[in-house]
Amino acid sequence: MIAPHRKHALWLAYALHRASGLALAVFLPVHFYVLSLALTTDGRLDDFLIWSDQPLVKFAEFGLIFLLAIHFFGGLRLMALEFLPWSPRQKTYAAFALAGSFFVSCTFLLSAA
Amino acid sequence: MSADGRILKISVWRSGADADAGSFQDFQVPANQHQTVLDVVSWIQQNQDPSLSYRFACRVGMCGSCAMMVNGKPRWTCRTHVKKVLEDGFMRIEPLRNLPVIKDLVTDMDPFFDKWIAAEGVFHPTKSRHDAFASIKPDNPARIEANKAVECINCAVCFAACDVVANNADYLGPAALNRTWSLVNDARDGGQAARLQAISQSGGCHNCHSQQGCTNFCPNELNPTASIAGLKRKTIATMFKRGQHA
Amino acid sequence: MLDARLYLAQRLTALIMAPLVLTHIVVIIYAVRGGLSASEILARTQGSILWLAFYGTFVVAVSVHAAIGLRVIAFEMLKIKGAALSILFWGILAALLYLGFSAVYAVTFAEAAT
Repeated sequence: MIAPHRKHALWLAYALHRASGLALAVFLPVHFYVLSLALTTDGRLDDFLIWSDQPLVKFAEFGLIFLLAIHFFGGLRLMALEFLPWSPRQKTYAAFALAGSFFVSCTFLLSAA
Repeated sequence: MSADGRILKISVWRSGADADAGSFQDFQVPANQHQTVLDVVSWIQQNQDPSLSYRFACRVGMCGSCAMMVNGKPRWTCRTHVKKVLEDGFMRIEPLRNLPVIKDLVTDMDPFFDKWIAAEGVFHPTKSRHDAFASIKPDNPARIEANKAVECINCAVCFAACDVVANNADYLGPAALNRTWSLVNDARDGGQAARLQAISQSGGCHNCHSQQGCTNFCPNELNPTASIAGLKRKTIATMFKRGQHA
Repeated sequence: MLDARLYLAQRLTALIMAPLVLTHIVVIIYAVRGGLSASEILARTQGSILWLAFYGTFVVAVSVHAAIGLRVIAFEMLKIKGAALSILFWGILAALLYLGFSAVYAVTFAEAAT
């Protein structure tokens, strides 16, 4: 349940930026660990990559790409807000960030399929 | 103003023996045309319970003393029409968020105004009465920036709307920083270095997450988020300049 | 809790990462076609100074950016402050840098992987 004073588009954009940032930070050590498996000779990285070919894992990766994209586009919006002359079209930009993130992550899903 | 027969269901926050603990008390208030939230609170105090404490002065949106939470949103109650905020004939009225409660709907505004001082929201004059007036042209860019921020009535609606204020006790808040921005753009002021220093500390302008609750709810349609963005630019630019001279 | 220096570090690393993230996403979408394999990844990265510089910069920027972001969340939502907040921040930064450079080292210098 979202408190009444938070029910506006730009608070939701903030919440999405924080949640995606937190999720990406939690994912990062796992990502690094899996890649460091490349140094081992017993093919553990390949085992992992074969395991990750399942549809459910691909769908989770779609989620990760979406999180990365929304944090990227949302972050660009915030830096434009802070460092460029003020624009009254903040909600429009937030909507573009969301749409752009769906476009990028769906493109990933299509090429992964 | 004539009663049209409808009854409003109003739930009002009442303090207990300890001001911070309390409970909601329900009232039934006759509906009127063109009734404001402050009218409803006053009707309760005058007709139902004279011990209800609340604060107001001008009733015309100038003094900034009557702000309360109405159905969970911060409002200036004297200029908020009941029909705009009523939800299914119901209204829940609470003291402003993010401030200590003195009694019922009255908050202690000290932390709010202390932060104006901490944010260097005070004027540092550079001239005496013997000097000529400073001449600042209306089309001067700094004057235009200051103009956008200057109509604040200190009602603390933005302060109550801000989640950074709620989560960070040191954060100076949108109103104080908006005031700072109008002074940063004041060519007559002599305290700029100390001001930029004051808003670069751990509770300073850089904590703002641009959620824009302040801008969303400001009754005078000011934009504290834009003012704070200006302060972020100004402080960072000053850091770089200092670095070059060092 | 952000003072001016942490804020600046957060925005600078964000600016550095903007083109890196864009490239990263393009490479992901390109590489994922036809499935991923260790040999395919390593063929791209092994012994490549360019990818070493790319991922090395990325690791430093993302570690600083994530550590500052988590520090803000720890302060605002978990109410951690003072020395505990500093220890948490430096601990996260050190751990991310260590893991990140282990990964970059692995994909750049792994010899025997098939």
